[in-house]
Amino acid sequence: MRVAGKGLIDRTETVPFVFDGVSYNGFRGDTLASALLANDVRLMGRSFKYHRPRGVLTAGSEEPNALVTVGEGGAQEPNMRATMQEIYPGLAARSQNRWPSLGFDLMGINDLGAPFLGAGFYYKTFMWPKAFWEKVYEPIIRRAAGLGGLSGQDNTDKYESAYAFCDLLVIGAGPAGLMAALVAARAGADVILADENARMGGRLLAETYEVDGKPGHVWADEVLAELRGMDNVRLMTRTTVAGAYDQGTYAALERVLHHTDRRPNGAPLETYWRIVAKRSVLAAGALERPVAFRDNDRPGIMTAGAVRTYLNRWGVSPGRNVTIFGNTDDIHRTARDLLEAGVHVAAVIDSRHDAPLSDDYQVLRGAQVCGSAGRKGLESITVRRASGEEKIHTDCLAMTGGWNPSVHLTCHMNGRPTWQRDIAAFVPRPDAVPGMETAGACNGSFSTDACLREGIAAAEAALDDLGMKAPKTTVPQAEDTPYEIAQLWAVPGKGRAWLDFQNDVTVKDVKQAATENFRSVEHMKRYTTQGMATDQGKNSNVAALAVLADATGRGISETGTTTFRPPYSPMAIAALGAGAEGAGFKPQRFTTSHKAAVARNAPMVEAGLWYRPSYFPQAGETTWRQSCDREVNMVRQAVGICDVSPLGKIDIQGPDAGAFLDFVYTNMFSTLKVGRARYGLMLREDGFVMDDGTTARLGETHYVMTTTTAGAGDVMKHLEFVHQGLRPDLDVSFTSVTEQWAQFAVAGPKSRELLNDLLDMQLDDESWPFMACGPVSVLGVAGRLFRISFSGEHAYEIAVPARYGASLYDILTKRAEVLGGGLYGMEALGVLRIEKGFITHSEIHGRTTAYDIGMGRMVSQKKDCIGKTMSQREGLEEPGRERLVGLKPIGESKQLLAGAHLYKEEAEPVRTNDQGYLTSVGYSPTLETMLGLGFLADGPDRYGEVVKMVDHLRGVTTLCEVVNPVFFDPDGGRVRG
Amino acid sequence: MDNLIAKSPCDGLLPLTVGTVTLSEEDAGEVHSLAPFKGQDKALSEAMKTAHGMAFPAANRATGKAGARAVWFGPAQAMLMGPAPDAALADHAAIVDQSDAWAIVRLEGDAAEAVLARLVPLDLRVAQFKRGHTARSLLFHMTASITRVGENAFQIMVFRSMAESLVHDLKRAMEGVAARG
Amino acid sequence: MRITCPHCGERDRREFYYRGAAVDLDRPAPDAGAEAWDNFVYLRENPAGVTRELWYHEGGCGAWIVVTRNTVTHEIQGSQLASEVNA
Repeated sequence: MRVAGKGLIDRTETVPFVFDGVSYNGFRGDTLASALLANDVRLMGRSFKYHRPRGVLTAGSEEPNALVTVGEGGAQEPNMRATMQEIYPGLAARSQNRWPSLGFDLMGINDLGAPFLGAGFYYKTFMWPKAFWEKVYEPIIRRAAGLGGLSGQDNTDKYESAYAFCDLLVIGAGPAGLMAALVAARAGADVILADENARMGGRLLAETYEVDGKPGHVWADEVLAELRGMDNVRLMTRTTVAGAYDQGTYAALERVLHHTDRRPNGAPLETYWRIVAKRSVLAAGALERPVAFRDNDRPGIMTAGAVRTYLNRWGVSPGRNVTIFGNTDDIHRTARDLLEAGVHVAAVIDSRHDAPLSDDYQVLRGAQVCGSAGRKGLESITVRRASGEEKIHTDCLAMTGGWNPSVHLTCHMNGRPTWQRDIAAFVPRPDAVPGMETAGACNGSFSTDACLREGIAAAEAALDDLGMKAPKTTVPQAEDTPYEIAQLWAVPGKGRAWLDFQNDVTVKDVKQAATENFRSVEHMKRYTTQGMATDQGKNSNVAALAVLADATGRGISETGTTTFRPPYSPMAIAALGAGAEGAGFKPQRFTTSHKAAVARNAPMVEAGLWYRPSYFPQAGETTWRQSCDREVNMVRQAVGICDVSPLGKIDIQGPDAGAFLDFVYTNMFSTLKVGRARYGLMLREDGFVMDDGTTARLGETHYVMTTTTAGAGDVMKHLEFVHQGLRPDLDVSFTSVTEQWAQFAVAGPKSRELLNDLLDMQLDDESWPFMACGPVSVLGVAGRLFRISFSGEHAYEIAVPARYGASLYDILTKRAEVLGGGLYGMEALGVLRIEKGFITHSEIHGRTTAYDIGMGRMVSQKKDCIGKTMSQREGLEEPGRERLVGLKPIGESKQLLAGAHLYKEEAEPVRTNDQGYLTSVGYSPTLETMLGLGFLADGPDRYGEVVKMVDHLRGVTTLCEVVNPVFFDPDGGRVRG
Repeated sequence: MDNLIAKSPCDGLLPLTVGTVTLSEEDAGEVHSLAPFKGQDKALSEAMKTAHGMAFPAANRATGKAGARAVWFGPAQAMLMGPAPDAALADHAAIVDQSDAWAIVRLEGDAAEAVLARLVPLDLRVAQFKRGHTARSLLFHMTASITRVGENAFQIMVFRSMAESLVHDLKRAMEGVAARG
Repeated sequence: MRITCPHCGERDRREFYYRGAAVDLDRPAPDAGAEAWDNFVYLRENPAGVTRELWYHEGGCGAWIVVTRNTVTHEIQGSQLASEVNA
């Protein structure tokens, strides 16, 4: 019910909203929870396991019960806490975990089976038959138990991530946080003040305290106004600092648009912030804990602090006839606030025998609530006193078991909190997070005065660390009530007393875990599920471990807490991965010929980050094989054009360039003639092959290295490592020129004819023999030409500055077509190189040596190089190693499959008989058969032998002849001619 | 007779304005990487001053001004942007033409800093990252060079082949910032 | 996590590529023998405490860096250019 004259809501603005299909009105500033309570709606959800009716327990982000689903379709958002969801015109929220309706839930039958459904029930019951788990038990359990669901559609909302930097991050904008921010800001520090609520002020908005003679919320607004006016301050509302990480990095989630249905174009629903702060102040406050007693989960039973928050902040009384139960003076504060607002207080049940009495309301000292009744909401409670049990009618019970400081962030870097007996709570261990100060209630200091003082002290300490001078600050006048508590975790008695409302864990479950020897708090948590799901045990951890401590005869301190991990409160995966969906997943690298290839309908394949055409379909071709065969024939018979720009190109210069290359390649490069290129093989230090490519010498101290497309980044890293880390004495530098040059292979018997038309000179075998290279003028533009070949044909690679790439590609295409040639893609490129036995990373896959690929003699004996020593290890050159061979099908089956294994013809195809495997296969239109490259034990010694290829996955067996891997033109006449 | 026609890296992608921020392609003129040979740092810097009126930049700094700039690019490496390098520089440094290797854009507007805060893990607040400051860093998933060239203006360089991703990522960030008003 | 690059200053860890123990800088002579090479290529300590590691400022200036770090406290005690280690 709404209470006149109370609350910080705007009563001039009525906000209509819908819950479970029913329309209600609230006011601007309401949360869904406060607006529903104002409309006397108490039932807001069903519990996880037993489907018990539940209402709000809290008024904050720790809410375990009132979880709702907001939005439809792709924008559907499950598990939104009604206590955090602000209402806006048009908000439509739905309750969860009930069918067919919240009021009548068929799964409520689980509640009747409760005696059987205790801790460990699933583990013990659904053991057999084993096959039933995945298909029968799990789907049933998952349907019955659970939180809200996703729509199954693509998320239509946008998310964002961002970085922020500051001198001081203040986490929480209650009295401690406000004071810390103010002091630091006045000193000139760059301050970020973040608070998870829509409005800053913390408990000052929820209590009736005065600060400096003004209502707390007025004082807070004045401080905020001052902060807002300073350009070194950034106020972040609706922003939960969710994690503390190394070197002053903090994660925070800003809920940008959950409080409105406005979705301006491109606007993020949430922003995931990475905040780097030189210092931080944690002023996260404290969370109130419930008391466990029989049936303490009925709608209408909530924490006393929540009752005061609803009353003072939102002008809502959760009941008309309220009872209050607990073990601190907070219960009396609650009674006074309610009475002052005109709400009837039926009784105050104080578990302390020395509790203060009052003239204004009835106090039952040394009493405990031991039960409740009411169908879908609280109707009465049972109070136990020395004199016996007594039933009291009430529609709302405000309870408190004391407060737990919000120590969570101080534990994110492995810090464990310390048990402080006098407040019966865990407090942060000092310096648990380097650079973080703690202040106020999160430190176990609960009075407003203490919060303000500690806020100032924390800011002063941070300023001191930052080398800044703190201004002189007077502590504002505020209440300084001592906190007196008598420990009270669970009221003894029969029936189910709830500890963890979210996971339906009772006192009995925790005791049973202890009985079954799950005595460690971490084991108890996993056995009972206490402390899991969206509230992560914020309402139950300490009480549960107190019960466990009692059951195992240990102290609370000795029992310890479970590990608090980020995030502090739930976070959408979409926010964590913001921007990385679709085209943002990784950069796309496009060659200068990309558009032309796409225009010719070439399907593009990814090669690292690059996109390359796989083939160029022509009219009448219905399969990729037809296109591929045609392109291969075209290169062998006329001329083909292929964009090879994605291959890594590294410019290497300096007086020691040759010496450096001798050290990273197995073979010699210092002896290479200027104007010539050479194939080079690069090893890792462990002796296995790392990469290969041709390197050209353009000048005395100037080389250009080519790497594989996939290896480009790793090779650059490797060169820099070898230079900086191992040979900083060498004067050499590296610059990637992959992007500077658009480079095209012009391959085939007519390649020279084509190029002679474009260059300012005529190519011939004498001036431009195989492996020659040098500068050329291409239609008047300075370019480079390399006579190298990956097809075994007479071929060139021609390079021009990338700005001319698209244009040159078009010209080459046109001219090739006139000569009976044209474009070829990656498929044809693959077949051409397999026909010639040229290797790629399919063969140099990290487990092969130079010896294995038939290049053992390329490891120069005249010099040291990376990987040489280890490549000569015993075992890496011994007989029996699997070495590169060619394979040709000779039996009935003509199919070869990459990844298939090789066996002796007569051997059973089992692991122990394994002789090798295929790495690359393709259909050769030149030789009219499939060809394969692979590794076979002692392969080069077995040419002519028949082996059996078996693909166990696809069920294919093919007999193959072992042959030289150079299937076509073995003496290399074509490449030179 | 065929002619080779030049295309810029962001051809067809820019300019783009969202809210108060404009993204446009920068014509930086010629771009050459300069890597001084051992012991030649000072001589190179002197030669640059004589020929181009700017020193070899210190780490994380750019020298010169619009039209003729030298931007630090890494240990013993800078990009000379604008003029063709004087022949005398070749005695002191390895010179590599990079005129076509980079997509170079200018991000300008009141909220330019806020846009980059969505993508770059750097403290780019003007008090920390002043005009003439430069950094090698990341722009979302891409390695980049970022230089403050004006009060509200940044020069951003990424690999030429990534021009589309650059525009995609910046546009998304620009929309997110603009939508907040 | 933030790492200080001797050239660029303190940077976000996502700019860096991790290689492994700084042992990689102590390359033995070719004839140092099997044990020295085995140690160099394969054997690594797994200390609970201070360790020296190689990081590459890949999303930055391209420097290889030796970072001294405590694996227990996560404290970073210093960083040095790899080029200065074997200079």
